[in-house]
Amino acid sequence: MDSDLFCEGLVRRFGANAAVDHISLDVPAGTFFSILGPSGCGKTTLLRLLAGFDKPDEGEIHIRGQRMNDVPPNRRPVNMVFQHLALFPTMSVGDNIGYGLKRRKVTLAERRKRIARVLEQVGLPGLENRDPQELSGGQRQRVALARCLVLEPTLLLLDEPLGALDLKLREQMKVELKHLQKQFGTTFVYITHDQSEAMVMSDRVAVMRDGRFDQVAPPEELYREPATPFVAGFVGDNNRLSGALVAIRDNLAEIRLDDGALVQGRVVAGELEIGQRAELFIRPESLVLSADRVGPGLSVMEAKVRTTLFDGANSRLEAENGSRLVYARLPQDGSAPRLPPGSAIGLAWDPALARVFGAENP
Amino acid sequence: MKSSASRLSLWLLLTPFLLWIVLLVLLPHLQMVRVSFQVRESWDTIAWGVEQYQNFFTESYYWRTFLRTGVMSLFTTFLTLIIAFPIAWYIARLARGRSKSLLFMACLIPFWASELVRTYGWMILLRESGLFSSWLQALGWVDGPVEMLYNDVAVIIGLVYNGLLFMVVPLVTTLDGMDENLVEAGYDLGGGHGTVLREIVVPWAMPGIVSGCIVVFMLTLGSYLTPVLMGGKDSAWFTEQIFTQFITRFNWEQGAALGVLLLVLSSVIVWMGLKISGQSLRKVMG
Repeated sequence: MDSDLFCEGLVRRFGANAAVDHISLDVPAGTFFSILGPSGCGKTTLLRLLAGFDKPDEGEIHIRGQRMNDVPPNRRPVNMVFQHLALFPTMSVGDNIGYGLKRRKVTLAERRKRIARVLEQVGLPGLENRDPQELSGGQRQRVALARCLVLEPTLLLLDEPLGALDLKLREQMKVELKHLQKQFGTTFVYITHDQSEAMVMSDRVAVMRDGRFDQVAPPEELYREPATPFVAGFVGDNNRLSGALVAIRDNLAEIRLDDGALVQGRVVAGELEIGQRAELFIRPESLVLSADRVGPGLSVMEAKVRTTLFDGANSRLEAENGSRLVYARLPQDGSAPRLPPGSAIGLAWDPALARVFGAENP
Repeated sequence: MKSSASRLSLWLLLTPFLLWIVLLVLLPHLQMVRVSFQVRESWDTIAWGVEQYQNFFTESYYWRTFLRTGVMSLFTTFLTLIIAFPIAWYIARLARGRSKSLLFMACLIPFWASELVRTYGWMILLRESGLFSSWLQALGWVDGPVEMLYNDVAVIIGLVYNGLLFMVVPLVTTLDGMDENLVEAGYDLGGGHGTVLREIVVPWAMPGIVSGCIVVFMLTLGSYLTPVLMGGKDSAWFTEQIFTQFITRFNWEQGAALGVLLLVLSSVIVWMGLKISGQSLRKVMG
């Protein structure tokens, strides 16, 4: 089996609270695998288990078929890019990168060659003798990556390394990280709370909540076919409407919204009972502004315009449905009608694009 | 108006500092340098010369004591560093919250007593009729009373004890500021305990190590009570020579010359220490 990382039933408890709660995962070689979750969901704990800084209370960790539970961090074929990078401030860039090679008793001449090569690969040729403090945030990021990649690890762990960068650089580094991963072919395990980072870079994303994985899927599937209401709400923008379930027909659920409108959406999974509270998720870009020409089979909801938020291709309409705020994507070509605040509109959608889940008990 | 007021307050703030540096540091030292070059010819005439300095180099007892004091101070400083480092590591990295401040207090408490009392404390333990001696006898390991005082080991024990706090404090301060991830990264990239200590922790702690060493070395070199009390009459510490010249022999000129030499010695050694460790005084003390 071609699996670089395989975990089964991992548990790590702190007191009565399980930060990692029976997690199993299987990452094929060469994959960019992201673990996405809000802060405090246990993703950092999971990463520290993989790196070997912490030991699981239960479960197995296998890296390329080798059991790793009792292997100390300095003997695992795993390297980590830390959140604040942890470049050694007392060493030059070259010495930072050479540190790991030196531990492997690589000769000086060979070390120099490999340091120069990896610096070139990450786009920083000739910076060996600089101090890490002299570099910009993006350059430091690349040095931290090079320091790990030069050791050709089986698995590279990344702990939200882009968090400290400013927005523009972050966007740029996202794309660059993805390219670097493809170029080196190393398996990346990347943890983040930023869903856009996870979506852009990953081959597969695990959405983590309270120590468990809610869903593990490619980014597009997460976006289009969320398995749980948490994933639907956490990945991408979404409108959440609640009401009572009236009927289910051919995987389409009919819901009576709190303002009385009868709308439809696809039921994904789970046993739903007629009459129970249900939540319908519909993406802003799936909502159509409908003056009066509602096509057959579309669901419609009444709303009152609150304001329009112009943001180029990302312009949105903010409207009120009862006490609930709803967002709809405005057409990008500027063809949207003038929508003065307070005016009543209808928002329509194709029921196949909406997802219905049973309401979660808080 | 405003600028003159702020200038006045600046001068007022500077006054105590200037008074201190001029009256207590600069003037006495200049005076001492002056006295050290005076040659007493008769009770009412003064000539200038380097006779006192010549005495130092021709009289082997002087410069041997001088060397001995320097070497023993260096050794004491090194020993203090070796003992203080694990303590500082524990306080800075492993202890948390309450126990951290308690441990820090424990290092501080001995300094509530004067150096004299602390030294007598050691004497109670080490002397012939002291605690250690009677324990050894009670255990049957020795036949008669053992004198553990009045030798070089006793002097160094006392000096290390006196210097410990001044080494622990700067070390704790630098180690406290070290990112835990640096140590983890050291292991993660394949380093063992020794490598991480040598390549990552010690270079990081270097400013603290050097500043602690400077303070402990100066204190040790200039200490008087501990070598006299724990080393006995023959401990031959250089400060004792100075004391003898000033007080016993009333030879201020010779005492001043020895004092100037001690100052030169400590400055030279500190300067060399900074050069060797590649640190600057500003970085270490800032």
